[in-house]
Amino acid sequence: MHELSIAMDIVRITENETTKANANKVTKIELEVGVLSGVEVDSLEFVWSSAVKDSILEKANLKILKISGKGKCKDCNTEFEMENIFDVCPKCSSNFKSILQGKELRVKTLEVF
Amino acid sequence: MCGTCGCGTDGNGPTILKPGEHTHSHNHDHDHHHHDDHHHHHDHSHDHSHDHDHSHSHKQRVIEVEKDVLQNNDILAARNRGYFEAKNVFALNLVSSPGSGKTSILEKTLTDLKEEIPFYVIEGDQQTLNDANRIDALNIPVVQINTGKGCHLESDMVYDAVKKLEMKNDSILMIENVGNLVCPSMFDLGENKRVVIISTTEGEDKPIKYPDMFHTADICIINKIDLLPYVNIDMDKLKNYALQVNPNLAFFEISATNGDGMDAWYKWLKDQV
Repeated sequence: MHELSIAMDIVRITENETTKANANKVTKIELEVGVLSGVEVDSLEFVWSSAVKDSILEKANLKILKISGKGKCKDCNTEFEMENIFDVCPKCSSNFKSILQGKELRVKTLEVF
Repeated sequence: MCGTCGCGTDGNGPTILKPGEHTHSHNHDHDHHHHDDHHHHHDHSHDHSHDHDHSHSHKQRVIEVEKDVLQNNDILAARNRGYFEAKNVFALNLVSSPGSGKTSILEKTLTDLKEEIPFYVIEGDQQTLNDANRIDALNIPVVQINTGKGCHLESDMVYDAVKKLEMKNDSILMIENVGNLVCPSMFDLGENKRVVIISTTEGEDKPIKYPDMFHTADICIINKIDLLPYVNIDMDKLKNYALQVNPNLAFFEISATNGDGMDAWYKWLKDQV
């Protein structure tokens, strides 16, 4: 359940950012989570309330923006949608690809007072 | 709350010990938690007036953070990596399911190569010093990280463990991660190479069941090949699945029990230092 330590890292980042910005309340947090990031959104949501308890995020509204996966074949340059990290090129079946999108795991914005 | 394990206190957080060292952290409820009920009576009066400007606004606003969640781990991993590079230490992060033979491979490798290469070992487990004691029995410097409820090592734990090891230059550091094929994949420890170990008693489709780990590994060791006559595994299929996830993987097929295939692995290790 690494989502818990991920959530704790998010709390830590939020605390740093709000201190820097002289804010003392967070009403909303927006995260970007790519489908290839290795984080299960369901698990993250499951651990969220216990992770943020007694922190500045306790009352914040959590919004998770899912980012779809995209790859580019290194053999034939085809760009394709990826659902799994092991998806092969739909055109030439090559395993060699670069991942263009979907590995994101980011704190995007904080709405603060 | 504790970031490693999610418990309400730090009492179950990681402990980092050498064999023979004792932990005094358990049962000491007063440690660092300030659950203490005593009140701080500040009898002195606060007379100063708050005339200074509150320049920050109390209006709702949006901070564009745009920060990677794992940046803290990645920064400390980079620090570890710089330290290893400066000392010419070749660091390996060994990952696998529980029971694939990580510790047995280590024991065999250290026994056979310790006269040629200086080794250091960091053992990661949720509990016990058992693995560290196995390595210590070979007279190899070892530190055990017990992650408590944590399911993987993080770079700050390795940073603390490395400080205890006082490594010599031109050596190899083996970091045996917690047995878990999911969680450790996301956490860079600063290693030079990541080695995923799978054994012939596991299913050949494991690489696509747990793709993140195989995707982030550089080397794949297939252990327990001495059991091939007794188990139903198609090695080609296993490798093809692994290559589908990560076409750059290099394979070693070995048996830590009878030593088959270890020479190729040893040669690769020696070429790294």
